[in-house]
Amino acid sequence: MLLSESESENNFNLTHQPKKSTLAKNTSAILATNLSKHVGDGANKIEILNNLGLEVEQGESVAIVGSSGSGKSTLLALLAGLDVPTAGAVEVAGQPFSTLDEDARAAMRGAQMGFVFQSFQLLPTMTALENVMLPMQLANRKDAKQMAMATLEKVGLAERLQHYPKQLSGGEQQRVAIARAFAPQPAILFADEPTGNLDITTGERIIDLLFSLNLQANTTLILVTHDVQLAQRCRRTLTLQHGRLSAI
Amino acid sequence: MSLNFNLAWQQLRSQWQAGDLRALVLALVLAVSSITAVNFFTYRIAAHLNNQGGMLLGGDAVIIADHAIPPQYRVEAKQHSLQSASTLEFASMAIKADKNILAEIKALDDNFPLIGDFDVQFSAEKSVQNVRTRPAKGEVWVEPRLANALNLKLGDQLELGATQLKVAGILLREPSRGGDIFSFAPRVMMHMDDVPTTELIQFGSRVKYQLVLAGNAEKLKQFTNKMTPNLQRGERIEDVKTARPEIRSALDKAETFLGLSAMVSVVLAIVAMLLASAPYVARSQEAAALMRCFGASKANIENIMLIQTAMLAAIGGVAGCLLGYLVQFGLAHFAGKLFLESLPAPNLTPVAMGLLLSFAILFAIMLPHIRALKNIPTIQILRRNFVLTPNKIWMNYLPVIIVITLLIFLLAKTSKLALAFLAGIFGICLVAGVLAYGLALMLHRLSQNNIFDNIISLGMGNLKRRLGLSIAQIIGFSLGAMVLMLLVMIKTDLMQSWQSSLPVDAPNRFIVNIQQNQVEPVKKFVSQISPSESNPQVFAMIRGRLLEKNDLPINAEMFTEERAKRLVSREFNLSSAAEMQTDNKLLEGRWWRADEAAAPLLSLEFDIAQALNIKLGDSLTYDIAGSKITLTVASIRKVEWDSMRANFFAVTPPETLAQFSASYMTAFYLPKSQDNVLNSMLQQFPNFTVIDVASIMNQVRDIMSKLATAVSFVFGFCVLAGVAVLYAALVATRSVRLQEASLLRAFGASRRQVTLMLLTEFASIAVLASIVAVLVASGLSYYLSRYVLDIGYQFNLPLALSVLVLALIFIPLTAWLVIRGYLNVAPKQLLNSI
Repeated sequence: MLLSESESENNFNLTHQPKKSTLAKNTSAILATNLSKHVGDGANKIEILNNLGLEVEQGESVAIVGSSGSGKSTLLALLAGLDVPTAGAVEVAGQPFSTLDEDARAAMRGAQMGFVFQSFQLLPTMTALENVMLPMQLANRKDAKQMAMATLEKVGLAERLQHYPKQLSGGEQQRVAIARAFAPQPAILFADEPTGNLDITTGERIIDLLFSLNLQANTTLILVTHDVQLAQRCRRTLTLQHGRLSAI
Repeated sequence: MSLNFNLAWQQLRSQWQAGDLRALVLALVLAVSSITAVNFFTYRIAAHLNNQGGMLLGGDAVIIADHAIPPQYRVEAKQHSLQSASTLEFASMAIKADKNILAEIKALDDNFPLIGDFDVQFSAEKSVQNVRTRPAKGEVWVEPRLANALNLKLGDQLELGATQLKVAGILLREPSRGGDIFSFAPRVMMHMDDVPTTELIQFGSRVKYQLVLAGNAEKLKQFTNKMTPNLQRGERIEDVKTARPEIRSALDKAETFLGLSAMVSVVLAIVAMLLASAPYVARSQEAAALMRCFGASKANIENIMLIQTAMLAAIGGVAGCLLGYLVQFGLAHFAGKLFLESLPAPNLTPVAMGLLLSFAILFAIMLPHIRALKNIPTIQILRRNFVLTPNKIWMNYLPVIIVITLLIFLLAKTSKLALAFLAGIFGICLVAGVLAYGLALMLHRLSQNNIFDNIISLGMGNLKRRLGLSIAQIIGFSLGAMVLMLLVMIKTDLMQSWQSSLPVDAPNRFIVNIQQNQVEPVKKFVSQISPSESNPQVFAMIRGRLLEKNDLPINAEMFTEERAKRLVSREFNLSSAAEMQTDNKLLEGRWWRADEAAAPLLSLEFDIAQALNIKLGDSLTYDIAGSKITLTVASIRKVEWDSMRANFFAVTPPETLAQFSASYMTAFYLPKSQDNVLNSMLQQFPNFTVIDVASIMNQVRDIMSKLATAVSFVFGFCVLAGVAVLYAALVATRSVRLQEASLLRAFGASRRQVTLMLLTEFASIAVLASIVAVLVASGLSYYLSRYVLDIGYQFNLPLALSVLVLALIFIPLTAWLVIRGYLNVAPKQLLNSI
């Protein structure tokens, strides 16, 4: 069920150091607590994220903005379990996530998460249909083909199923990537600068598509972007600066 | 220049450390080492033959004849201030008490040897002596194997024909026999003056007369030039260069064959290098782009790339030559004791060839890229993800194709063979490619049928997704496996069919030199000893020389083929028979009727008719003991020479040659432990020569087997080159595989799933490569067995299964070893685009 804007506003809480006890029923889609990420040692130590906290409710859309090198991609990687924090923890749907081993995190990603990347990341050797089927095949879903075809139709590429990425325009490639992200019906969608490689007009169309699908599927959307207009379309916009998040 | 040099070296080092160059260098080393190993080996044998040439002759040159050498030749030699010595060689039985053995007897005059010396042991107590003399009159020297066979001791008497000679020495080495792979019978050395008393040389005896010459090279040349046009039929002059033509021609053939076998690996290695050069070129483009932005000129870029290519070629060339040098020891080892004496140390000629090859191949691959890199507009270099394809595709491959073609022409020596090889390799690649394409599509269709687990289907589907590369990998591996399989199949089939085609009581002894009055006792003896031969056949042998064809003189100069020249210039045996032998097959014409028993007809064996260009109905004039007889070719026969039965090139009706005196021969099966019966007959008929064909055949089989092992060693390179193609294809797809692995992990695939997908892809390549190898090798083997070797064909299932199992272990394992690093890569790098 899609939450109304007023309802959802009351349902999220942002704090640098969220206290678990104050959270209602642990129903957050993602909960990051005291998250830190350092690289290097001693004098060479660089703190990318410092004791950061974030709670995102189910169905919420959150934009994370920040200057280059502010650690946006690191945060996204930690939230999606693509990397592990130096300190702190991430929970997904109330379950421990960052403390799991890599294969267990991968399994959880497969079951609950979808991704849209800046440079599309379509496999050049696979057709549009095969690219979209891929995450569902990995989850051993028997309806992979039907789901993929239906989603490609939704993004307006029903005629391009057998085309390879190099036969598609940039906008079409990103539509395939969006179809790939939504087809398995993930609970959480991570979008990493989804319009970064597109011109303004195409970028706007892609954003419309992304939000319309998000609305239909009630997916939690966590989006990293430079694009202020894009960020404004999310319910919340957070800025990452000096390793910490702050609300705009 | 030194700046360019330093930059080139720095970039080369960093590219090596990044792993972009390994596959390229590995393939280059393989190509160079396969060619140099073969060259080192064949050069060693050639050097051995040259060194031994003088020794083999016992002089600088020799006049060889099948009749006594005219005395004026010796006079002529003396007039040219040349030293000369006479020898004669023939085969006969050497007997002691109840034992006998076929020996190669060599009689020497007082002047022999002119060059070289003997190693002889004159008494059991004394060590081996190096002497430059010959056995005294009344004495012989014998080889140890003859002494062992006859249980001879020094001082014993050895019976040779009608005389007995004292064993005065054990001959350990002689100059004229420096390691002859074709001499099967042990040597007996005697003095020339004792030959008449043996009474062994009679009419029709096959004797090799030699006049050995030594002296000043210029004088010898003058003598040779003067004598050569005046030589009579059956006479020839050999010098160090022309000595042992049969070994030389065998060596030439072996060199060509091994060279072309090595060429298969070179072609595969070049394919691997073309694939492996992609990441190196891409990385070089990045470096060039940066340097152009910082102000480097086109010439700078070109020079740096040229220097880098030369450095790589030098490194690959030297490493390849070193590896080739090591491998040739293996070749020499597997060739075994084909040559009794140790081979001379390898010389450095093949190193030059190896280095040249290394530079030629690498520059052929790199030059188009260097040219493209140099001419690229700077603005294009600055574009992100630019693709550098200013050359047309054919231009990228043209230099490589030219180099391969030149190499093949160089190695094949004749353009006919080179074209056949090019067509062959192209044809096989085409067939393998079409098969691989069809199988990959079938596999893809199969993977879409929901029969398999999704991950396995994805792995199988990867073959079609990278169709070009998959086909290159399948061809690469299957070509290597194919040549090895073909060798094993042909060797096994040949040996098996040879053994199985011989009945258990196939003749294992020939008796030759039987005189007419001895025919009946021999028949009686054979039917007693060999009950299956109730009516043993004894064949007449009449020596004749072919003089004319259709009334026109025929001579060696009319033929280019060595065998034909030899056949025309020597005498050969004519036989006569009323019925055609059961193992012969009539190809043309008809066999004679009973009423044609004395007709001037002739039946010729197919191969000799072809070699001498003789057709059905031709009339042939022979010289038999000074008389001319003209016969008409009435039929052409095919003869199963490996049936071990006595067979003849030329056969006449039974009465046609009745007026000529003949010697006779027979073939029979001597059961084991019946040697004493044979020996007692030989004491009765000392002029008989018994040939133990079974032991000769065993030696031939042994030599074939050793040669096959040496050849399979060379073919081992083809398999390695196939693996290099696999490796290079993996390296070429590294970045896309990295992307795939990270993406799969991001979408929730476990490490196990990613590994399973990879293993499935390469297991599929293994299965398809095995199927292609088995199909093509079996097809070729069927063709060769059926139409070339004329032996039965049988599908070799155990071999096919072994190839499949080995491929299934080897290919996925190699792939896993190369790519396992990517499997653990953290998928977060996909997010680095921010």
